Amino acid sequence: MESTSHNFKENARRAIADPHIQAAMAKMKVGFTGKRLAATQRLPEFEALRDASRDIKNHSLANLDFYLERYEAKVIESGGQVHWAPTAEDARKAILDICRRVDARTVTKGKSMISEEIALNDHLEAAGMTVVETDLGEYIIQLRKEPPSHIIAPAVHVSKEQVEADFRALHTHLPADRNLSEPTDLVNEARQILRQRYLDADVGITGANFLIAETGTSIIVTNEGNGDLTQSLPRVHIVIASIEKVVPNLEDATTILRVLARSATGQEFSAYTTFSTGPRRAEDPDGPEEYHVILLDNGRSAMLGSDFQDMLRCIRCGACMNHCPVYHAVGGHSYGWVYPGPMGAVLTPNLIGVEEAGHLPNASTLCGRCESVCPVRIPLPRMMRNWREREFERHLTPSSVRSGLWLWAFLACRPVLYRRLAGFGIRILGALGRRKGRFSSLPLAGGWTKYRDLPAPQGRTFQQLWAQKQKNEKRGAVK
Amino acid sequence: MTTARSQILGAVKQALARNTPGDDPQDMREQRLSDPRPGLIPERSRLPHPAQVDLMESMLNELSATVARVSSGDQVPESVSEYLKAKNLPPEIRMAPSRDLQSLPWDGQHLLKISHGPAREPDQVSVTGAFAAVAETGTLMLHSGPEGPTTLNFLPENHIVVLRASQIVGAYEEGWARLRKVFGNGYMPRTVNMISGPSRTGDIEQKIELGAHGPRRLHVIIVEDGDSPA
Repeated sequence: MESTSHNFKENARRAIADPHIQAAMAKMKVGFTGKRLAATQRLPEFEALRDASRDIKNHSLANLDFYLERYEAKVIESGGQVHWAPTAEDARKAILDICRRVDARTVTKGKSMISEEIALNDHLEAAGMTVVETDLGEYIIQLRKEPPSHIIAPAVHVSKEQVEADFRALHTHLPADRNLSEPTDLVNEARQILRQRYLDADVGITGANFLIAETGTSIIVTNEGNGDLTQSLPRVHIVIASIEKVVPNLEDATTILRVLARSATGQEFSAYTTFSTGPRRAEDPDGPEEYHVILLDNGRSAMLGSDFQDMLRCIRCGACMNHCPVYHAVGGHSYGWVYPGPMGAVLTPNLIGVEEAGHLPNASTLCGRCESVCPVRIPLPRMMRNWREREFERHLTPSSVRSGLWLWAFLACRPVLYRRLAGFGIRILGALGRRKGRFSSLPLAGGWTKYRDLPAPQGRTFQQLWAQKQKNEKRGAVK
Repeated sequence: MTTARSQILGAVKQALARNTPGDDPQDMREQRLSDPRPGLIPERSRLPHPAQVDLMESMLNELSATVARVSSGDQVPESVSEYLKAKNLPPEIRMAPSRDLQSLPWDGQHLLKISHGPAREPDQVSVTGAFAAVAETGTLMLHSGPEGPTTLNFLPENHIVVLRASQIVGAYEEGWARLRKVFGNGYMPRTVNMISGPSRTGDIEQKIELGAHGPRRLHVIIVEDGDSPA
């Protein structure tokens, strides 16, 4: 999809002024965090499982070439096909070729962030196919022609009233006086409409949470069962996965599955964890006749061996954004591309460039909540700092910030000058603000005083106070 | 011309050679593929078998599934009929073509209409067996094959699973061990489904609704066959 990440500030401003988004965020920020906490407290081994999951992903990445080759061999052995795609364009082409060859008219899809990343729907629609998202959240945003605002809850920004309005506007063949006031009614209507789509579909496309080298298996984790209907009813099942999804064996995937649902939704285990290996066997009564895997690189191999290799451990649970105060304030769309929140702030500049997405790593208070809940312990704040350094080095930061930082660095390197100026400044400000005790506006500090008063300094600078304190303590110790 | 495959693998190899201090030894990686070992398994399910059966039942209830216990396979058909009656469902089931299920005394249920095979619209009730069940989280393990059409697990609104107590294990890893025993190492059936409760969604304002696309109801009949797991 087209990125608006460069426009983060404007996007955020709009989101903060949007009552729908603010109401949705107020709801989501308590729901997800509370459920995750309860789930982790119920499993005494949770922290140890996080360590184990981090180690499994590190081992897989350190041997990625080995496991990818073995994975491929196993997929072929089980009758499937592997298509390597260095870029988004290659992946789109591989999928379109398969769909064309089997003369596909309707394509159903399980939720896949990779599919969003390569803007697959637009591509297939342009080729004349009907593309139907089947995850309820994805279906809602497909109707609204919006991108997802969260990696596991794509419609988390939409209220039930908005869904009702969308359904009424687009499901026009249903009676106008039907009741759609409760989520139950909306879920039932979507169920009824999508059911026929599953049966009509020629090709079903899903993502993958893991690929298993031991057996050539792809895994999807869902709650709705939509991914399973998507991949077991049509003639062709296409899996689209990025290369870092591979892990060695079933036990490794199982260990990570124990932290995935708990971190994501606070469930012990998602309703459906499905392991798919090749097409239906000769004696199977159902299942797809063809099984294809698209292995997408699209910037991942360049992250290997870089400062950002740890990001490739990400299992896309969404815990980082569920716990991020900035995400809570601005919502997912402000980030301007596919991946929002802290994981997006680190991943997006890797995939579409720091020129386009350099704002995102700045949209953080570096409070560290994301790292503290990440099931595979990705050092997200450290990597956001890395991006900030690169942004500065490449002269991408605005000139006001650069000159401000330059001035500060100049003074900070000259302690005598710094102390003098600070002492002088504080006396002036103290004198000017003596009457009211605060400033409601101040030149160069408009960003602060627009929203709150700045207290007028009283007495001396911090350094002066500190020096005095040290002196007093020394005197006390001597006595 | 470099192929896409060699382009990606080449880039990966080059990146790893640059910064990783040497690969793990080849035989260690091979062993991870040919002889997988369980990692950390939570204590929760390390219980005597009868307690694992109880844990399975309580986890299923927690997941909004329902459970009936019968003391022998002979009581399964009656239990199915009772369930249909209690839920006000028509006496008609689509059953997995499994020898074990077919060997049960269905003849006693005169009103029950039974057909076998993959699910079709508008089948309302499916009855399947299971391969194993994991007490740790109340998770059923089913796999595709001549006796297990996958569509039965997802298309009908009501899914009834006949589970033998001897199929209940503590942790997922024990399920994998059983699967390897049946199929051999490194082989998987087309589909293995781990099912934990009925279909659900929280996509509208995070309110959990059952029956998003898959079954609205999951009912498990545990047959206490007296055998502890093999």
